[in-house]
Amino acid sequence: MNTDSPAGLDGRALACRRGGRAVFRGLDLRAAPGELIVLRGPNGSGKSSLLRVLAGLLAPAGGTLAWDGEDVAEDPARHRARLHFVGHDDALKPTLTLREHIAFHAALRGAGTSDPAAALDAFGLAALANMPARVLSQGQRRRAALARLLAAPAPLWLLDEPTNGLDAAAADGLARAVAKHRAGGGIVVAATHLDFPGADARTLTLGAAR
Amino acid sequence: MNAAFALIARDVKLALRTPAETLTILAFFVIAPTLFAFGIGPEPQVLARVAVGIVWVVALLACLLSLDRLFQAEADDGSLEQLVLAPAPLELLALAKCAAQWLTTAVPLIVVSPLVATMLQLPDEAYGTLLVSLLLGTPTLSLTGGIGAALSVGARKGGALLALIVLPLYVPVLIFAVAAVEAAVAGLPVRPHLFLLAGLGVLALTVAPFAMAASLRQASE
Repeated sequence: MNTDSPAGLDGRALACRRGGRAVFRGLDLRAAPGELIVLRGPNGSGKSSLLRVLAGLLAPAGGTLAWDGEDVAEDPARHRARLHFVGHDDALKPTLTLREHIAFHAALRGAGTSDPAAALDAFGLAALANMPARVLSQGQRRRAALARLLAAPAPLWLLDEPTNGLDAAAADGLARAVAKHRAGGGIVVAATHLDFPGADARTLTLGAAR
Repeated sequence: MNAAFALIARDVKLALRTPAETLTILAFFVIAPTLFAFGIGPEPQVLARVAVGIVWVVALLACLLSLDRLFQAEADDGSLEQLVLAPAPLELLALAKCAAQWLTTAVPLIVVSPLVATMLQLPDEAYGTLLVSLLLGTPTLSLTGGIGAALSVGARKGGALLALIVLPLYVPVLIFAVAAVEAAVAGLPVRPHLFLLAGLGVLALTVAPFAMAASLRQASE
């Protein structure tokens, strides 16, 4: 490990191009264990693209991304194992129950044991555990997508507009989950244009579309 | 490995909960050959001559029908991102998707294939070889079809594109499978053809996972 590389997530001079257009360039992003970074910026400023770069879904057009001083490009599988990504879509199958969704996600993430009931309970979904996803409302679907965060442990949470469609109680549930995750040394990077629930968040504002 | 088995179990469960998809494909597999019987005429000798070819061509098309949604359904609801971001190798997960597709589509087709063969007056001595050829050939269809399905994720009219990509790749399977069954009808040795069919399966198994994973990563950028 390099001595000048801090623990946690360390992105330097990150650049991203989509469709031949530079979305952002020269972007530095550091997140130490326990930190919450809220990405802000107008539509098209690259919040989602940045999250996809941090997740490794999208290769950066420039710059480097490191975790605990180690370049994530060297071992993408290890990087994937250390993160949870909640995207725009809730990734729910209409005929599977919520419990099955959480259990499948835990198995997919390679978690040896999982407690779907506790994960669902944290987002107020305990009573709906055996309901198929097709009968859920928009907000309940979003909660189910967020409950996956608790299905398997991972130090880095990447959340894209996590509070979309959530009511106040669910937003509180998310705030509690995020606080607990941070207390355990976890890092959260969330893109949002609403108020994100969470104490002493660091805000990173991305520029307007160029 | 557990992730792959969990994915197979999930896909089989999804297929069992919406049986209409599998049943539609099965119905196509049973009904389409009857059109040949109407079109060609009911003479047993004529039908028996073309029976193997028809069973196999219709099986190819039936398989193609189910491939359309293989990865597109995952991309549409956001599950593809979760698969790409899973710690397990994407190659393994793509292979698991194909295995589930084979279990939920090809296995039912193989089970009802004797019925279709009977309708087309296939000679009795060829049934065993027909079943073996389907067992050996359909995994190759699922795997090469998986490449097409992964390449056509996100494309408009993905189904038509899928057919264009996949049908030429199905030709070798068709040739060796039909050759095996015709050899059985003629009383000639069938094993060389079946070995070649199995060889195609091994080739598909070594190439398809990497091709699928590469296209899926591209599709989820």
